[in-house]
Amino acid sequence: MEIRRQPLQTEPQRLPETEGLRVRQYRARQMLRGEIDDSKLAEHVESRVGLTTLEKAQNWARANSPWPLTFGLACCAIEMITMIGAPRNDAARFGAEVFRASPRQADLIILSGRVAMKMVPPIRRIYDQMLEPKWVISMGACASSAGMFNNYALAQGADRFLPVDVYIPGCPPRPEALIHGINRLQEKIKGQPDLGWRERYGAQGTEEVWGHDPRGLDGGLA
Amino acid sequence: MIDPTGLELVARAVRGAVGDGSVRDTVHAHGAATLDVPPEDVHEVLGFLHSDADEPFDFLSSLHGCDYFPAEPRLAVHYQLLSTERRERLGVRTRVTVEAAESGVVPTVTDLFPTADFQEKEVFDFFGVRFAGHEDLRRLHMPEDYEGHPQRRDFPIGGEPVLYTFNEQRVPRWYE
Repeated sequence: MEIRRQPLQTEPQRLPETEGLRVRQYRARQMLRGEIDDSKLAEHVESRVGLTTLEKAQNWARANSPWPLTFGLACCAIEMITMIGAPRNDAARFGAEVFRASPRQADLIILSGRVAMKMVPPIRRIYDQMLEPKWVISMGACASSAGMFNNYALAQGADRFLPVDVYIPGCPPRPEALIHGINRLQEKIKGQPDLGWRERYGAQGTEEVWGHDPRGLDGGLA
Repeated sequence: MIDPTGLELVARAVRGAVGDGSVRDTVHAHGAATLDVPPEDVHEVLGFLHSDADEPFDFLSSLHGCDYFPAEPRLAVHYQLLSTERRERLGVRTRVTVEAAESGVVPTVTDLFPTADFQEKEVFDFFGVRFAGHEDLRRLHMPEDYEGHPQRRDFPIGGEPVLYTFNEQRVPRWYE
């Protein structure tokens, strides 16, 4: 069988016609010194400065630095550790490598494993202690739907007690899948600017404040 | 490993020390030797095997419950003993009805084997065997306010019905 090869490109690829790096640096230096005149200055500023809103810039920063909580539940946690620790995966490329051991410093909780009924109140408490805006990734089949453990001992899906943003399928998901989930979460953060989870899920008025019940469910006892 | 003859010797020693009714039966199956003991005599028999015997079974390697539904008496508590001198294992089993187990017929053995503390908590949690004399008998795995004992065979398995094509007719309007 004859193998046909693609003809080699003989002509070198032409670079787009832009100013070279040296020229741009030179212009910037001129501008800083004040040696550049008015028309050139306006042209330089127009070509070099971009405008955006504060919310977009804020969300861009938030999306590129989600700080997950150091929190493992089961075997999925091993894959989660591999996602951070192994240079092959290297979550630092997406700014998600800074695992924080305190919920006060984290804004992303990855539910990595099955959630036992007895574990539900502690997880909810840790989640409530995290500062807003905060996000939740449900990693793996068990956290998303209890997986194969269809019994009395496990919470049948983490969305029964937490507002989950991203579900990652797999048993366990590969670290690449987790990174993909983080990327999807980043898209979500960039796409839904200012909404905290209460707005996203229509959960206003459910804040638990000591001595104050906005829904009046305590019968005026508080 | 105790052979059938050795098991009968152990049973004879126990009967001689505790009483004729203290060993209901001896079972030697699959290489494991087991004494069947009435629940009233469990503490005395284990105490004899633990300290008074010539070569004591000084280590309780496991204590667990079992549900033999629909056979009666339903529940059982198994004690797996190990003799570090003889390097032999011996099982002690006691069968109780559900009512007897809940009324506290089975005595605790935490005074003989401190490791029985958590294992009796576990058996109480999952099977509802109330060990008489246990100082801190409460749930171990399930939440404190949980109702029922989930490892009993008549306990509903819980979770959610999984819908396949063969059973979707049994769950009407499942798609809502």
